[in-house]
Amino acid sequence: MASYTPTVSVDAPRTSTGGNGHLPPRRYDGDDFGPPSFDVRLRRARLGLVVGLTGIVMIFISFSSAYVVRQGLPTLDPRTNALLHDWFPVPLPRLLLVNTVVLLISSVTMELARRQAARRTLAQFSSVSGVTVCAKEEISWLALTVVLGLSFLTGQWMAWRELAAGGFYVGSSPSSSFVYLLTGMHGVHLFGGVVALLAAGVASVLGRRADSQSIAVDVTGWYWHFMAALWIYILCLLEFVH
Amino acid sequence: MAGGTGGGKTIMATREFAAHEAHAHAAPQGFIRKWVFSLDHKVIGLQYYFLALTAVFVGMFLSLLMRIHLIWPNVHLPILGDIKPETYLTLLTMHGTIMVFFVLTTAPQGGFGNYFLPIQIGAADMAFPVLNMLSFWVTFLAFIAMLSAFFVAGGAPLHGWTGYPPLSALQSAGPGEGAGADLWVISIALFCLGALMSALNFITTTLDMRVKGMSMMRMPLTCWAWFITAILGLLAFGVLFSAGILLLLDRNAGTSFFVPLVVVNGQLAAHKGGSPLLWQHLFWFFGHPEVYIAILPAMGLCSQLVSVFSRKPIFGYKAMVYAMLSIGLLGFMVWGHHMFMSGMSPYTAFAFSIMTMAIGVPSAIKTFNWLGTMWGGRIRLASPMLFAIGFVSLFVSGGISGPFLAQPTLDIPLHDTAFVTGHFHLIMGVASIFGIFGATYYWFPKMFGRMMNESLARWHFWLTFVGTYCIFMPMHYAGMAGQPRRYSQFTELHYLEKLIPLNTFITFAAFVTIASQFFFIFNLFWSMKYGKKASDNPWEATTLEWTTATPPPHDNFGGHTPEVFHGPYEYSVPGAPRDYVMQTDPTTVAAH
Repeated sequence: MASYTPTVSVDAPRTSTGGNGHLPPRRYDGDDFGPPSFDVRLRRARLGLVVGLTGIVMIFISFSSAYVVRQGLPTLDPRTNALLHDWFPVPLPRLLLVNTVVLLISSVTMELARRQAARRTLAQFSSVSGVTVCAKEEISWLALTVVLGLSFLTGQWMAWRELAAGGFYVGSSPSSSFVYLLTGMHGVHLFGGVVALLAAGVASVLGRRADSQSIAVDVTGWYWHFMAALWIYILCLLEFVH
Repeated sequence: MAGGTGGGKTIMATREFAAHEAHAHAAPQGFIRKWVFSLDHKVIGLQYYFLALTAVFVGMFLSLLMRIHLIWPNVHLPILGDIKPETYLTLLTMHGTIMVFFVLTTAPQGGFGNYFLPIQIGAADMAFPVLNMLSFWVTFLAFIAMLSAFFVAGGAPLHGWTGYPPLSALQSAGPGEGAGADLWVISIALFCLGALMSALNFITTTLDMRVKGMSMMRMPLTCWAWFITAILGLLAFGVLFSAGILLLLDRNAGTSFFVPLVVVNGQLAAHKGGSPLLWQHLFWFFGHPEVYIAILPAMGLCSQLVSVFSRKPIFGYKAMVYAMLSIGLLGFMVWGHHMFMSGMSPYTAFAFSIMTMAIGVPSAIKTFNWLGTMWGGRIRLASPMLFAIGFVSLFVSGGISGPFLAQPTLDIPLHDTAFVTGHFHLIMGVASIFGIFGATYYWFPKMFGRMMNESLARWHFWLTFVGTYCIFMPMHYAGMAGQPRRYSQFTELHYLEKLIPLNTFITFAAFVTIASQFFFIFNLFWSMKYGKKASDNPWEATTLEWTTATPPPHDNFGGHTPEVFHGPYEYSVPGAPRDYVMQTDPTTVAAH
């Protein structure tokens, strides 16, 4: 039986073609091939959210650029054969200000819900050792956020009705098209947030794992804050950029 | 507060709590969960691959009809009947759309990227498996919507894959611009959503799920290519999605984002003030990065194959990474070169022209590095390597006409001719298809556990390689001689009569090339069942997918986490016992 004799001396690990001999920080958390731990999953979900929000930002950047470009375009008047400037801003319903306040309050309750969910996750572990770390939570901030979110969407719908009552439909004028487009797209995204919160709430009622729910609420929380900031941006765009 | 009772303890408890889950998701048992609504990235990769394979045959069939019509415009086809001029435009539109979206974007990234990115970085799956499954099924829905455009009243749209308004924005603009065009826009928007979800997964997985030792600069270049492609997709598909929404509103809600005052069939349309150029800017802001979305994965794969089959480290690993990054970055600054003909300030055109030509620099770096890798290597001319060399050849031949078209003065006479058709088919179409073929021959043993037949693969390579050159090279000359593209008929134009023999040649070359694809299809399905059994590492390659079983188990590495000690291209290392050092090899050779 031939025996294997190593012909090369084994030194310190040689790392080459990239890396320059530096081992990267350990990222994958499982000690063996175990499941990712809570903090890894939270970090991963937040990273995913940041990447996802980048995609959403690109969608709204495109709409904004279309908005600015369209404002500067003249249109041909077929009767006089002259180029006219046909952009005139739509008077925005005052209701939008009320909606804005509702959305900002919901952002606060969302933050409270996010922290509450995190506390509940931790409480679950401490209960193992028989120690209660947090008092029984009375207010469901999550439910309150969902209610406020739905009120905002209802408010937006009423603002649309008000616009339509004033004679501004989707196709009436270039600026009214953009008002409907931007508020509508924002509404769709916020509705996605509401659905995510409802799913997290249902999951907790069904007794799903508290840490998964906590991650869902955490990520939706940041998403929600982003939607609030996006709404302020849209409102400023519609109100001030003419 | 919870934090008050010792944060460290809590985190430990959290870990224990999570530890009862063996894997992000357990191996599924039933057929539906295993093969249809699967969460396994490998199955999803195969689903994407076979979707693209179906799509490529539809697209190829449409191109065949176009070539037949160009040569014999009056021929009456069985079942299909006459090809009218508007039918020709329909064929052209659907050929372009299906090929660009459902083949070139789907197979290299969705197919091979899904299958091999997690394995090559040592992960058990993608970061978000449910999202991964969703992105495939949304893409599948998009494909169904696209195909159903053929069967609605008026048929499929005829506005080209670029969908320029006002043609694409007005229901009455032509046959196929009614329900067919609506389905087209909806399909594109769905595809964008699928691509965005997929990009999210690729980026998070690459950044967060690499195993110990797998630094970014130790990733195989394939992973870099998929990662950069995902970034491009994330930034580009959102813009196309927005443009699609605006177009849908213009078509159905009476808005005028893209439609100016326009007369259709003698009547003033109910739109005014919109800008067709706005669509073009939004579309090409997506459209140019899309070219790189199609070709970058093939570039990464080519680097991989050239190194494996030359038994040499890739020449200039870092240069390859930076070249891909700069191609990605520059790709976002050049969209205007598609619009020189649309009316553009000469100063703007100049800026776009300079940026476009600048892309030649990183492209040349890549080409020289591929050649440098082969130089002096012990080249094994197996079928994957043939396709890699074919890719380099097509990339150079197709790329060399890029700097011509990048100059407004040359682009204006050439833009609407067959020259452009030849250019982009060589570089974006066939080159990236060669990447897909190379990847199939290379990874087939890992995916299906058997080798593909090498003789059939060689026949397939040579016929396809020579065939595509015979098809697309003459198009450059036809274009320079003035043959317009997108025209359904040119045989009756006096000044183009001399080009009829050339076009006949192209059509016959297309017959042969398309026929030779059956070598591939037969080989693919035959080898799945009857191919020679493959070992775990038949090509003697170093990356992680070759360290695991064939085909890989559900969690990729059978219950243990690999650890990486080496870069991906350690071939012919002096002093090593074999001519390749696995990335996971812990016994390492002496440094000197």
